[in-house]
Amino acid sequence: MRFLDTFFDGAVMAKYLPDLLSAIVTTLWLSAIIVVGGLALGLVLACLRTLGRWYLTLPIVAFADIGRALPPLVVILIFYFGLPGLGINLSGPMVLILVLGGVLAAFAEEIFWAGLTAVSKGQWEAGRATGLSFAQTLFEIALPQAIRMGIPPLVNRALAITKMTALGSVIGVKEILAVSSSAQSFSGSATPLTMAALAYLAIFLPVVILSRLLERRYAWAV
Amino acid sequence: MLEINQLEKSFGDTQVLTSIDLSVKPGELVFVIGPSGSGKSTMLRCCNRLEEPTSGSILLDGEHVTACHGAALDKMRLKIGMVFQGFHLYPHKSVLANVMLAQVKALKRSKPEAKARAMEMLEHVGLAHKADAMPSELSGGQQQRVAIARALALDPKVMLFDEPTSALDPELVGSVLKVMKQLRDEGMTMVVVSHEMDFAREAADRVVFMDGGVVVEAGTPEEIFGNPKSERLRAFLSRLHPSDA
Amino acid sequence: MSNFIDLFFNVGIMAQAWPLLLKGLIITLELCAVVIGLGLVGGLLLALGALSPSKWLKWPSVGFIDLFRALPPLVLLVFVFSGLPFAGLELSPFMAVVVAFFLNNSAYFAEVFRAGIQSVPKGQTEAARATGLSKAQTLTHVVLPQAVRNVLPDLLSNTVEVVKLTSLASVVSLSELLYSANMARSVTYNSSPLILAALIYLAILWPLVRLISRYQRGLAVH
Ligand SMILES: Nc1ncnc2c1ncn2[C@@H]1O[C@H](COP(=O)(O)OP(=O)(O)OP(=O)(O)O)[C@@H](O)[C@H]1O
Ligand SMILES: [Mg+2]
Repeated sequence: MRFLDTFFDGAVMAKYLPDLLSAIVTTLWLSAIIVVGGLALGLVLACLRTLGRWYLTLPIVAFADIGRALPPLVVILIFYFGLPGLGINLSGPMVLILVLGGVLAAFAEEIFWAGLTAVSKGQWEAGRATGLSFAQTLFEIALPQAIRMGIPPLVNRALAITKMTALGSVIGVKEILAVSSSAQSFSGSATPLTMAALAYLAIFLPVVILSRLLERRYAWAV
Repeated sequence: MLEINQLEKSFGDTQVLTSIDLSVKPGELVFVIGPSGSGKSTMLRCCNRLEEPTSGSILLDGEHVTACHGAALDKMRLKIGMVFQGFHLYPHKSVLANVMLAQVKALKRSKPEAKARAMEMLEHVGLAHKADAMPSELSGGQQQRVAIARALALDPKVMLFDEPTSALDPELVGSVLKVMKQLRDEGMTMVVVSHEMDFAREAADRVVFMDGGVVVEAGTPEEIFGNPKSERLRAFLSRLHPSDA
Repeated sequence: MSNFIDLFFNVGIMAQAWPLLLKGLIITLELCAVVIGLGLVGGLLLALGALSPSKWLKWPSVGFIDLFRALPPLVLLVFVFSGLPFAGLELSPFMAVVVAFFLNNSAYFAEVFRAGIQSVPKGQTEAARATGLSKAQTLTHVVLPQAVRNVLPDLLSNTVEVVKLTSLASVVSLSELLYSANMARSVTYNSSPLILAALIYLAILWPLVRLISRYQRGLAVH
């Protein structure tokens, strides 16, 4: 029973539920912006890379590499604590959106690009031979196939990165982890942490299961 | 109709085509034969600039294909239909959408118009009933006929075929050749690279033999198959039918 | 501009912070070794469980994997570090990190191994069993070598993720690389130590990230 009292204290739950709910909303809208912005930017970068100009390819590859190699928390700390020294003051949520959106864009660019290179040369030639322009061939023929191939890894990556919104707790963003951590120290009970874990499960478990279904569906399609 | 003048093509240091001259008259079916690596595909691909010729000129109805760029080249390609060995249907689009895409996007036809034309062409190749199928649900022969319909729907002036039946199981070859024969009888101008010699005898107006990047010999099917002049052509033909010798 | 260099690329401060960062790097590397080793072993066992014909092994394994894929690693870490003491289980920061990341990583590695094992055609197992190999021998000599080769890029990219993940340990005051760098930043009021840490992460991870891209390109061609 001590266990239940510590981790599932009903009174504590009731007390902090409103705070937690608003924190869930924060986590959700941050996630939405990060996913939409990151995927869009990654898609644009991959398309620009198809132009095959070195002055585009080089910075895109460098961005994608660095975005995939650096721990996001390092970049978050640099943006949050370093940039004010240059007179650039970004709010916690802004830093989180820029950094995690950028990281997702880096991964998405690589995934879209891998998909584009997997579309056979014959597809491009068939498009061009029927009078479609480069852009039309890219958007109508190559990209739809690349996106389809990229869906399972993109879902996994988007999931991993939206989970990192919990890093916002380090820079004062009032998302789920931050709110429940402070509730934990105020209440002297572990219950708020349990609530946080349950909240995350409610949000992300469906995505995990979705990713399983997608994987199976796309495995059949081959 | 289609005129190739002094066409040359090199990949880096290796010269693949050397002063190719070929003129195709309206309604003519020119059949191109030659050993592997002789440059047949390269010549065909130069005609719609999937390969960039190193020098020489290509004219379609007196218009310079080789002088076009950008949008003008895209327009020019609409007049040159091409059928590939590997079909290259778009796997993410239905048969009907495959045949409609370039009509709508490149030719700027309205959707109903493009659809009507697509159905007409699918009917033509005997596949109207497969309009809603996905390419992966079709046999190779059916896919190739859809690819022919896709090219025809753009009302090209000339059709180029690069080994259209080489990737097909023997029993499926006939259906594709039948469509090509029918096309010829309707007066389509065609250049066909293929190893189907029986089809050449039956349907070709002229046979061109290429070897080592040059046109070695050209003539009627009777001349080429019945009375080959050059040593190289004789050697090529005897390799095709070792048992006939 | 000089302000920027002074605040972010201050060589003097970097040199000053270097010994501290080096100590942090060693802890980061130790942490990586332990966490990756445990994650690989745990992941393999979980994958075998998830693929087992027995439902008593299969469903708990799948449940474990999905549960810990859905929870953000930082939430796990905070839960283990600050929540478990309420149940009388107090762990050192190092141990807390090891436990939390073991749970997270073994779930991720399990998914990679599972995909790899499933990619090996059934005929391979049948052929091996037909030649008299035992189940275990078939697994270690025939299935696993092929499975690992088939998912090598994913194994590598997961390993990169683990290295990046260890930076979260700074949140529970484990003096690994990022913690040391952030410490140096707060003492010097200068971001150069964070940049130096970023450069160290890049030096370790960039080659791996390049390698992964090369691999994926190679797979795409086939
Ligand atoms: N993109 C390329 N880069 C370099 N060399 C090429 C390229 N494409 C073709 N070649 C070379 O050009 C020569 C002619 O090739 P081509 O494909 O035109 O021959 P082909 O007559 O169509 O042969 P096949 O009957 O095998 O299709 C070959 O030696 C080939 O290796
Ligand atoms: Mg060829």
